[in-house]
Amino acid sequence: MIYHPHLRISSAWAFLAPALLLIAVFFFLPIFAALLLSFTDFDIYALGDLDRLRFIGFSNYLQLLQSPLFWTALGNTFYFVIVGGPLSVAVSLGAALLVNAPLTRFPGFFRAAFFLPVVTTLVAVAVVWRYLYHPRYGLLNYLLSLAGVDPIDWLGDPDWAMPAIILMAVWKNFGFNMIIFIAGLQNIPTQLYEAARIDGAGAWRQFRYITLPLLGPTFLFVALMTMIGYFQVFAEPYVMTQGGPANRTLSVVLLMYEEGFRWWNMGYASAVAFVLFALILAGTLLQLKLRQREPS
Amino acid sequence: MNRLINRLLPALWYSLLALGLLLTLTPLWWMIAASLMPPGEATSYPPRLWPSAMTFEHYRALFTRLDLARYLLNSTLLAGAVTLISLFINSMAGYAFAKFRFRGRDRLFQSLLAALVIPAQVAMLPLFLLLKQFGLINTYWGVIIPGMASIFGIFLIRQYLLAIPDSLLDAARMDGASEFRIYWSLVLPLCRPILVTLGIFTFMGTWNDFMWPLIVLTDSAMQTLPVALANLLGEHVQDTELMMAGSVLTVLPVMLLFAVLQRYYIAGIMLGGIKG
Repeated sequence: MIYHPHLRISSAWAFLAPALLLIAVFFFLPIFAALLLSFTDFDIYALGDLDRLRFIGFSNYLQLLQSPLFWTALGNTFYFVIVGGPLSVAVSLGAALLVNAPLTRFPGFFRAAFFLPVVTTLVAVAVVWRYLYHPRYGLLNYLLSLAGVDPIDWLGDPDWAMPAIILMAVWKNFGFNMIIFIAGLQNIPTQLYEAARIDGAGAWRQFRYITLPLLGPTFLFVALMTMIGYFQVFAEPYVMTQGGPANRTLSVVLLMYEEGFRWWNMGYASAVAFVLFALILAGTLLQLKLRQREPS
Repeated sequence: MNRLINRLLPALWYSLLALGLLLTLTPLWWMIAASLMPPGEATSYPPRLWPSAMTFEHYRALFTRLDLARYLLNSTLLAGAVTLISLFINSMAGYAFAKFRFRGRDRLFQSLLAALVIPAQVAMLPLFLLLKQFGLINTYWGVIIPGMASIFGIFLIRQYLLAIPDSLLDAARMDGASEFRIYWSLVLPLCRPILVTLGIFTFMGTWNDFMWPLIVLTDSAMQTLPVALANLLGEHVQDTELMMAGSVLTVLPVMLLFAVLQRYYIAGIMLGGIKG
């Protein structure tokens, strides 16, 4: 009884079976079903009686493209991703550089403190921020009034609602990417900095020609994960603004939720979900492509 | 000039750090302070940062009048069940991917990883219909079953096990131990640190999750804390102190868990981040 390759292969599949079965049935199958669903007129009547279901081809997608509400949601989501994503990555990198610098004592303490918002429950802190943003009693407007700024109706003003949500989202999750950046920074060999110092390079030049290029892979990873996550924004507008004011914070996922689970237009909502998927996929491929083209 | 910079730099540096600390912690500080204020004090102007007289009446109201204990129990039960079951299932799969050689292994693993770009929301509509067919809407299983296996969990276990030498397992095989026995009494104990890490991730992820419980648990008695909190906001939005007490209660368990197991949590992010 030395080695039984066949026995080992069958036990490999036995170990894999539960996970693969679950992922197949509760993830891949629904994804495939969602694609089919998006070509049907599945609505509240079909929910009760499947005979009412009809294939309608690309009608949902065509209807989507003609719906101003969909374009609003798409625009809002892009706003959130394009402004919030880079801001979040920049704050994360700044925090990582601060915490990781040799000048900083007790880096473990600062790291944990900056990380604290990440472990909180999004819904709970969104509730907290709703009150911080209160135009009359909110702490934020009070602090701004000390600097002579007039009160801002953060969540009620159509122009401020999205920036307010972005600010809250960045506060909530910059700590996560900060940890990844710190890991990346610690992987850079210290000899490189020593050599640069001997050659007379200052702090900025060291940052520009050593830190940034060597952080490249970390940067790509962080940017990708942040983008994928930010495209899926849902709980922040759901709790803080319900998509308002004037639909200015309605996100694609919130639209999908409303259409699918409030009005039971599941065919239409599936089409919304697939557009989101396509956007995330396109964004991912674009970032990978840009990265490849960059000279190393 | 240089001496001046050397003097000033630490001061500047620490003021930046202090500013960061202030911005990060103030919302959480205010949440706790407001939850302890007498009714109406959290909406006084200028805003207070500490209660004039501490009171626990809002916490009492949450447990007596608003039955928050029920949601606390639901959340604990769901997060606990998902964590235990998924650790078992993901560790078996991770072990198979790391330590067995079979045809199509790498291709299978690669395609699982590629599926990570698919947003979970895409699956939600059909998943709801599927669970409805099984009669699982409004049951704990409706939340537990979709969380029982995760690609990220399998990935994390696999990465960890790749670093463990095969010779250790081969020795046990020579002794004639069954494959499941090797997994159970050799591989699992070896995986302890990564199991703790993945366990915290899963527990916190399930605890903090909002969208799926919101969809599946429509009956109010079944709801989790975040969903109950969002509903509470609808009725008690004027009651700032009460809402803050509810927020503290929702956040506190995961914060304590993080405080105790911080080391494992951060190590996990670094592992996932560097290898990913």
